[in-house]
Amino acid sequence: MIETVLLWLFAGTALAAGALMLVLRHPMRVALALAAAMLALAGVYALLGVHAIAIFQVLIYVGAVMVFMVYAIMLLDVRDRSFVRRFSWLVVPGTLAALAFLAVLAHGLWRGLPEAGTATAGSGFGIQQFSIEFLNEYWLQFELVSVLLVASVVAALAVLEVGRRHRG
Amino acid sequence: MLIGVSVALFALGLLGVIARRNVLVMLMCMELMLNGVNLSLVTFAQQTGAAAGAVLVFLVFVVATAEIAIAIPIVLLLVKRKEVLDLDAYSDLKG
Repeated sequence: MIETVLLWLFAGTALAAGALMLVLRHPMRVALALAAAMLALAGVYALLGVHAIAIFQVLIYVGAVMVFMVYAIMLLDVRDRSFVRRFSWLVVPGTLAALAFLAVLAHGLWRGLPEAGTATAGSGFGIQQFSIEFLNEYWLQFELVSVLLVASVVAALAVLEVGRRHRG
Repeated sequence: MLIGVSVALFALGLLGVIARRNVLVMLMCMELMLNGVNLSLVTFAQQTGAAAGAVLVFLVFVVATAEIAIAIPIVLLLVKRKEVLDLDAYSDLKG
């Protein structure tokens, strides 16, 4: 009972924070709304019993990605046209297209997934099962992901070097 | 119910990417789209009891981190060039 209430609460918080991201003006407030949405999603994951993903959501997304984003916002405090006028000229066709997209997805959801409303807490898997399965079955993907991370570090350094050469 | 929430999060993020002007806000809306997809993956993994969904979500985390680590320096360079965060100002970029 309490799990269902908390699940609705976290899901509603995530949706409200996502809607706030569209209308808030300052990028820092958008970042805070996104962090709230991610924390609420971490709560949803924990309630679903997937504790490993909940911990990674807080550590990686809220801890690393959002802190990086906040640093970028602090570095780039530019008050230009995008601060005065939040929406581009695409806002009306974009809203129509997003509503049509939502309608198509909702139609598919309503027709094809009758069991989608019965997601309840429990019967998840803990960190131990996740880790064993991860490193037994998916070690190749793990290594590939580490290669991807190294490549992204090199690419970020190359981008900064290009900028330095352009200026100097 | 959670699949509906993930669909709504994805649509909100898509709308943000289309409609907002600020580059950083668009990047954050892309993160919201990724979070919506992650929620659907976790929900399906929990319903079927397969750990593959959770592993895939972990890999998506890492890819999102790498994407942000590339995207933020590019945005920094662009803004250093023109001093605006409005994406319409960069419509003269080619290729």
